[in-house]
Amino acid sequence: MSHASYAIRIRTLGVAIAACLLTPLAMAQDIKVGLVAALTGQSAQSGEAITRGLTIAIDQINARGGLLGRKVVLVRRDDESSPPKGVAAARELISSEKVSAVFGGIDTPVSLAIVPIANQSKMPFISVWAAGTGITVNGANPNYVFRVSAQDDLVDVALIRYASTRFGARKPGLVLVNNAWGESNDKGLRAAAAAAKVELAGVEKIEMNDVDVTPQLARLRSAGADTLILVANAAPGAQMMKSRERMGWKVPVVSHWGISGGRFDELVGATAGDAHFVQTYSFFATPNETGKMVMAELMSRYGVKGPADVMAPVGTANAYDAMRLLGLAIERARSTDGDMIRKAMEDLDQYAGLIKTYKRPFSPTDHEGLAPEDYVMVQYDGPRIVPVK
Amino acid sequence: MDFAAFGSALVTGAGLGCMYGLVALGYYVTYATSRTVNFAQGVPLMLGAVLVFAFGNHLHWPAWAAMLVAVAICAAFGMLVERTAVRPFVKRGSESWLMATIAVGLIIENLVLFTFGRDPRGLRSPLTDIGFDLGGLRITALQVLIPLAGLAITAVLSWVVRSSRLGRELRAVAQNPATAQLMAIDPSRIISLSYAVSGAFAGVAGILIAPLYTVSAGMGTMFGIKAFAAAILGGIGGAWSVMLGGIALGLAEALIVAWVGSTYAQLIAFVLVIVVLAVRPIGLFGRAVALKV
Repeated sequence: MSHASYAIRIRTLGVAIAACLLTPLAMAQDIKVGLVAALTGQSAQSGEAITRGLTIAIDQINARGGLLGRKVVLVRRDDESSPPKGVAAARELISSEKVSAVFGGIDTPVSLAIVPIANQSKMPFISVWAAGTGITVNGANPNYVFRVSAQDDLVDVALIRYASTRFGARKPGLVLVNNAWGESNDKGLRAAAAAAKVELAGVEKIEMNDVDVTPQLARLRSAGADTLILVANAAPGAQMMKSRERMGWKVPVVSHWGISGGRFDELVGATAGDAHFVQTYSFFATPNETGKMVMAELMSRYGVKGPADVMAPVGTANAYDAMRLLGLAIERARSTDGDMIRKAMEDLDQYAGLIKTYKRPFSPTDHEGLAPEDYVMVQYDGPRIVPVK
Repeated sequence: MDFAAFGSALVTGAGLGCMYGLVALGYYVTYATSRTVNFAQGVPLMLGAVLVFAFGNHLHWPAWAAMLVAVAICAAFGMLVERTAVRPFVKRGSESWLMATIAVGLIIENLVLFTFGRDPRGLRSPLTDIGFDLGGLRITALQVLIPLAGLAITAVLSWVVRSSRLGRELRAVAQNPATAQLMAIDPSRIISLSYAVSGAFAGVAGILIAPLYTVSAGMGTMFGIKAFAAAILGGIGGAWSVMLGGIALGLAEALIVAWVGSTYAQLIAFVLVIVVLAVRPIGLFGRAVALKV
């Protein structure tokens, strides 16, 4: 071997070693944000929709130089809609990946399980779908949990009000999934009905794997239910709709938004459009400047042809705004320290977002970014989610 | 509870119960021939539904062809389980077939997860669109077909076991495989056949239930467990006792929901199963066998 070729090899080796050493250094300088959501399973579409919203926001932030001069990187973990898996994923993101904030997915039970870890670790945790009241109203002080999404208690008021005004409901029956999310809405809907002086025909629980919920519906029909208020994710919600169809019961259905997190239209079939449900954003509404830009990104990156093609739209919309708000907070805090970010979140000023123009979206006592006036009622038209006609 | 609610619970319970019974018949046929069962009996149920969905929606096969091939594959799955997860262990006098059948089931379920995906899918059937009204109660054609299919299959199986040559061979193997072999009956063939029949029954159940439920890789787990409970509840010694056990469990679940609500339905149903077995260990419809000593 000649001296020249030996020197080239040594230099090549040196460059390779330097690259290996510098790559983790570069990675260490990135600002990591975590996502713990259902990326597989019944609610996989919700996880994908959230990922799209976060990715578009992060890429825009990075295109403008990142945050504090550092690149923002998304680290995703699949909770499979399982609280133990969500807790393990959150712990791993906090301790191993050293993320600066964690976003949560569609499942209230998973988010409720992560809340204590977030508060103990002083880790900002932002719910961008799960609506359980106890996620943000968790009794912790200081509270590191924020939400850019609907909140069950507020949605429950909106659902009762919508059932009364749209369908003239005097005696609605509740159909709730038998888990922590259903429990959260059980209390909220009872309180909302009492406040509105509306008598409930009854409260029935459905399981995630119920084959037939006809007996539950028959009980509600016997009790005189004139509207059904549904709180369930896509698969159990679809079982309720199919049982209703089999019974030939054309009772109006007003639903929380869990049914938009899967293939509800395919699972239910022709009567999917009978369910009117709540969303925080509709891509069919006249878009603001941010809306036009996000739609353009969805079309160019994900082959979306138009508003009708946007799957699980609230996941994308909430996640996009939540990431932009987090970015503003990190810039304001000039730090990625959890406590500094929390204080900055509570002190944000104004941001012209996708869903609305946020004006002081959070405060030390209010961690809800959205309010009932931000909700819109929609329905399925085939696979499309469109505003109620 | 008014008539509509009661009638609705009866229709639901009978349909669900026959599905439990059909899957439980699979436990019965293999237990009768080999004193073993396929604890992954929920997997061929899932395979039946998933394959019909895939053949119909992706390959656009006609429904009859999709169903025939799906049931044949479920039967083949049953034989595969017997060959790989039961026979080798039984030969060695080991009880490890119990875990091995569960393991094979998990492997297949995971393979389906990777290929079919975790997202539950919807399978439509024209039989859910046809129906009739009975005293304010809407009953679809599929809700009629399911119990009819379950009862017809039980009747045929019962006749085959009691009256056909195959049935005599089956009973001979069940009583004494060694003696059966002396009579030119191949116990391995009979046991393998019983596993094929077991898989086919579960496949038929999966195809029948899919339009009422959702199609997913995990759909068979709950059915497999409840069907086993049904087999034990009815008494695993006979086809009719197993089917009646399934119907009893299905009706109990539906009537409890209609009566007291859904919150504690599963809990009450399984407490009832335990109570029944404590009082009558041979099952509701089982017959005690006197041992000669």
